[in-house]
Amino acid sequence: MRHIISILIENEAGALSRVSGLFSARAFNIESLTVAPTEDASLSRMTIVSSGSDAVIEQITKQLNKLIDVVKVVDLSEAAHIERELMLVKVRAAGKDREEMKRIADIFRGRIIDVTDSTYVIELTGNGSKLDAFLEAIDRSLILETVRTGVSGIGRGDRILKV
Amino acid sequence: MQLTGAEIVIRCLQEEKVEYVFGYPGGSVLYIYDELFKQDKFKHVLVRHEQAAVHAADAYSRSSNKIGVCLVTSGPGVTNAVTGIATAHMDSVPMVIISGQVPTQYIGQDAFQECDTVGITRPCVKHNFLVKDVKDLAITLKKAFYIAKTGRPGPVLVDIPKDITNQKCEFEYPKTVAMRSYNPVIKGHSGQIKKAVQMLLEAKRPMIYAGGGVILSDAAEKLVKLARSLGYPVTNTLMGLGGYPATDKQWLGMLGMHGTYEANMAMQNCDVLIAVGARFDDRVIGNPVHFAEVARKIIHIDIDPSSISKRVKVDVPIVGNLPDVLDELQKMLEASAGVPDAKALASWWKQIDEWRGKKSLKYKQGKEIIMPQYVVEKLYEVTGGDAFITSDVGQHQMWAAQYYKFDKPRRWINSGGLGTMGVGLPYAMGVRFANPKATVACVTGEGSIQMNIQELSTAKQFRLPIKIINLNNRYLGMVRQWQQMFHGNRYAESYVDALPDFVKLAEAYGHVGMKIERPADVEPALREAFTKHKNDLVFMDFLTDQTANVYPMVAAGKGLSEMILAEEL
Repeated sequence: MRHIISILIENEAGALSRVSGLFSARAFNIESLTVAPTEDASLSRMTIVSSGSDAVIEQITKQLNKLIDVVKVVDLSEAAHIERELMLVKVRAAGKDREEMKRIADIFRGRIIDVTDSTYVIELTGNGSKLDAFLEAIDRSLILETVRTGVSGIGRGDRILKV
Repeated sequence: MQLTGAEIVIRCLQEEKVEYVFGYPGGSVLYIYDELFKQDKFKHVLVRHEQAAVHAADAYSRSSNKIGVCLVTSGPGVTNAVTGIATAHMDSVPMVIISGQVPTQYIGQDAFQECDTVGITRPCVKHNFLVKDVKDLAITLKKAFYIAKTGRPGPVLVDIPKDITNQKCEFEYPKTVAMRSYNPVIKGHSGQIKKAVQMLLEAKRPMIYAGGGVILSDAAEKLVKLARSLGYPVTNTLMGLGGYPATDKQWLGMLGMHGTYEANMAMQNCDVLIAVGARFDDRVIGNPVHFAEVARKIIHIDIDPSSISKRVKVDVPIVGNLPDVLDELQKMLEASAGVPDAKALASWWKQIDEWRGKKSLKYKQGKEIIMPQYVVEKLYEVTGGDAFITSDVGQHQMWAAQYYKFDKPRRWINSGGLGTMGVGLPYAMGVRFANPKATVACVTGEGSIQMNIQELSTAKQFRLPIKIINLNNRYLGMVRQWQQMFHGNRYAESYVDALPDFVKLAEAYGHVGMKIERPADVEPALREAFTKHKNDLVFMDFLTDQTANVYPMVAAGKGLSEMILAEEL
């Protein structure tokens, strides 16, 4: 099953490689991994999307907790949560495609953030499946480039991950 | 007071009451060695290869519960140390490794003797640090000692660039250390312990399975108390030997791949199992699916939550420091109205005694060829069972584990997890430094001993009267055994040709060498070595049976009760 694991980790050099090294050494899956400092610059927050049986996910959280630099680990998917991913897509937007591209971007609540005579860069946020759906919806041959951040997640309501 | 980084390193080691540093100098640690030269509060042991420095520090720690410390230079100094670090890591041994690094501004420039030490060692340490500012040096070393020793112990490496060791800053050794990201659990959950007591008292076929955690946490006494008050059978893992007295009647022997018949059968057939500081690894329970086929309740006490329910699903997990948890368990047991089911226990012991009747460790000693098991049995007799025994890895390791009856913890020093050939001699050195009056023997084979044979030189320099028991069968015995059993007798590269004359080799290093070829000479030779040559290193080269195999054996991937016994072949 797919799980979203949130980690607070000391913002030290090599922290990322401790986490990614753990996943590769123990043959755990990583679908995506995002990391950036929090409002407290001494801490980084990581969101890892992984998959595996309950036993595997239990091991993942235990092994993450065992890393000396890891302050807290939460499996967001255990309760209500929100996940978002940002995607930038550069598409060919010339002739008859130009208007159609704008229309589909609007339907997906995307924003066009760069324009040339023949291209758009469209910014889209949502959960992974929404971004997938957008890519499905447009003509594949018009996609010039895509870049996705991977999932960031946060618990709903009173679920707070903080030191 | 302003001190240089090198002075700070020395002061920190002194503050930590370090007695010995095992190491080897080189370019990037020269400032540190210069300061080391100027002091006499701790001694430095110059090994002949960095790997041996780490193994010696590791055994120093294993045999004393003090923290082993080693010091190596950058690049090859570190890469040579990696095997030793990984060995200690797999067996959760607390150690601090200090490594030199190229100067800060050279890092990443492919400088001479540069390697990415923190990167290379990351997967085989409990934690590591690269010191980037001399002001962080003291607190980093403090943290290193703290992390190494607390929680599930392990090796911690501190990488120090050369320029840092020559920069100055104010020094004050921190008295305490607090880390928001590291707070190991000590006390077990009382509710869980209560459940465990209940479960133990309801058992019809109970079993106590104790591992290396008992040794590491100095919990042996408490384990013995618990086992005796319950009257339940006890088995030890390879790492746990000595955690329960091997001469006690409740002890069933070691379990696992080369465990006794009774230990493995009891482990497989028990209805309540309490695992104490053990981790159900593949060499212990065999195939986990086969193990899970028998319904039993499992209680698991461990300091490391990730060891629990990793390979085997557990019913009552208890995370905590073993001595604390065992104390509480004992108290609750004594306060409880319940008592063990005497009738069920009697019939369980009757069953166990039947299994014992198989005498799974028996072997035949004839008049012509020395059996390796016989040498270990005689070693046990001659040393009164009171020696520190180190071993290398292979058949001789298993025979030492099976036939030397360890009654005390920290007497059996071997590489269980990583299975590192070449540890035996440096381990014996480390043991002797930690226990300066102890009798120390290294049970080894002609394959393993040659992997760190250069340490005969270190042993001479420091006058270490180690007795090397070389069970020489001219084969890489365990490899040969597997090839015989599973690879159609094709002995690919397991015959060791062109062996040195070990007697002359020992003499060349300034030690005593003995060659023993006949069974009748085994005991007299051992007596001579341990009395007449009490103060010498004696290299005893025993020519042993070339075809002897280690039994019982649970083949890899097989179930624990699917043992191959000697008599069945």
